Amino acid sequence: MNRSASTIAVEPVTIGVIQAMRWACARDLLLAFRSKSELALIVVFFVLVTSLFPLGVSPDAKLLERIAPGIAWVAALLASLLSLPRLFALDHADGTLEQLVLGPAPLASMVSGKVLAHWLANGLPLVLLSPVAGVQFGMQPEAIATLTASLLLGTPTLSWLGAIGAALTLGTRTGSALLALLVLPLAVPILIFGAGAAESVATGLGAEAHLSLLGAGLIASWVLGPFATALAVRIAYE
Amino acid sequence: MAGISWFKFSAPASFYPLAGRLIPWFAALAALLTVAGLYIGFLVAPTDYQQGESYRIIFIHVPAAWMAMFTYCVMAGWCAASLIWNTRLSAMMAQSLAPTGAMFAFVSLWTGAFWGRPTWGTYWVWDARLTSTLILFFLYLGYIALRAAIDDPRRADRASALLALVGVVNVPIIYFSVKWWNTLHQGATVSMTAAPKMAQTMLAAMLIMSFAAWFYTIAVALHRVRSIILEREAHADWVQELRNGRQG
Repeated sequence: MNRSASTIAVEPVTIGVIQAMRWACARDLLLAFRSKSELALIVVFFVLVTSLFPLGVSPDAKLLERIAPGIAWVAALLASLLSLPRLFALDHADGTLEQLVLGPAPLASMVSGKVLAHWLANGLPLVLLSPVAGVQFGMQPEAIATLTASLLLGTPTLSWLGAIGAALTLGTRTGSALLALLVLPLAVPILIFGAGAAESVATGLGAEAHLSLLGAGLIASWVLGPFATALAVRIAYE
Repeated sequence: MAGISWFKFSAPASFYPLAGRLIPWFAALAALLTVAGLYIGFLVAPTDYQQGESYRIIFIHVPAAWMAMFTYCVMAGWCAASLIWNTRLSAMMAQSLAPTGAMFAFVSLWTGAFWGRPTWGTYWVWDARLTSTLILFFLYLGYIALRAAIDDPRRADRASALLALVGVVNVPIIYFSVKWWNTLHQGATVSMTAAPKMAQTMLAAMLIMSFAAWFYTIAVALHRVRSIILEREAHADWVQELRNGRQG
């Protein structure tokens, strides 16, 4: 082909929304599994925090059974907060994030992949571990199942709220304390409905209302979260 | 109407003198209404037959709580404007409202605690409105802290604007989640749909105080935004001229 310089058309690189998301998710998962000790730390943190409550409150089995869902949820909230700075900070430090912002793939699906990977690596282990915490606190089997379901529905929403906070605080001096101040107030409804679900099973009310609200939060966060997080990442690079 | 340029005052240079002219009016109105409201509230309004004199704290408590919520909505509105039209002044207005909103949230918590002690027998209960006001207070603090943590003012504008918008979506969710969770606080005494359940003078004093709080907020926010404008537009010619004019 003999084409003059003026007629060379640069073929636009098109990357599909799902494709970009899958790529970002696979990459972040790979990175996460390369540093297994960090993943283990989150799990150990969760178990440690839940084990501290009986020591701090009382070993009374009745009381512990009553407050167990709240303890598990607060521990999950703190554990997710602990892992948040890693979501964007490392990619920000080595310039990868800037390339993602400049690249042709839609940034919203890139951050979706990253958040999904973050949840799979940091949120899902806590969900799987929560029945152990439930047994540890002497919860009834139905309550344990509800607690696990509520964590399964609620922790991805926490990841989205955290992702917005993590992107907003990129490159700021007061990183993690500021992140807690931004994210924790926004996470209050998730905490209430999540801990309330298992409690309402224990009191015989049924958990459908709480789980439905958590599901609604999950859907809303997956719809709005990618755009808000992508905007927050873009703001960091202005 | 077509002849008026509504965006004229979105330029800091033309808003600065306008704000300067408006401040005395709003400040005077706020002062007059405060004096009138406190006079009616403390001296004219009858003693409540159940709560005694302690109920009079509501003349500060209720307006403060209203203003804390209202200011957050107004602030989020300015933030939306700043993100949509990328106007500097909108972000400055949002920035200037935040400390006043946080102050009112704190005042409503503080006065609520002092009212709760004689009335409910406790300073603090984990009730829906108290808890959601506390969280609103934290939202204000988060907004202010995020602004303070980012050095570049334009980035701080946009980052904190996004945070305020995420917050304002969350405020009703927080409110209802906490409401379903636990409620001890009495239902709203004043509502638009039902006849008020309180004496006319009490209602009058409360409404006057609300307007006083409102005008106070406007006056303080305008005063603060003038300082912010001067600080951030210090490089602009008109600020230099203003400074030279002051000196000369």
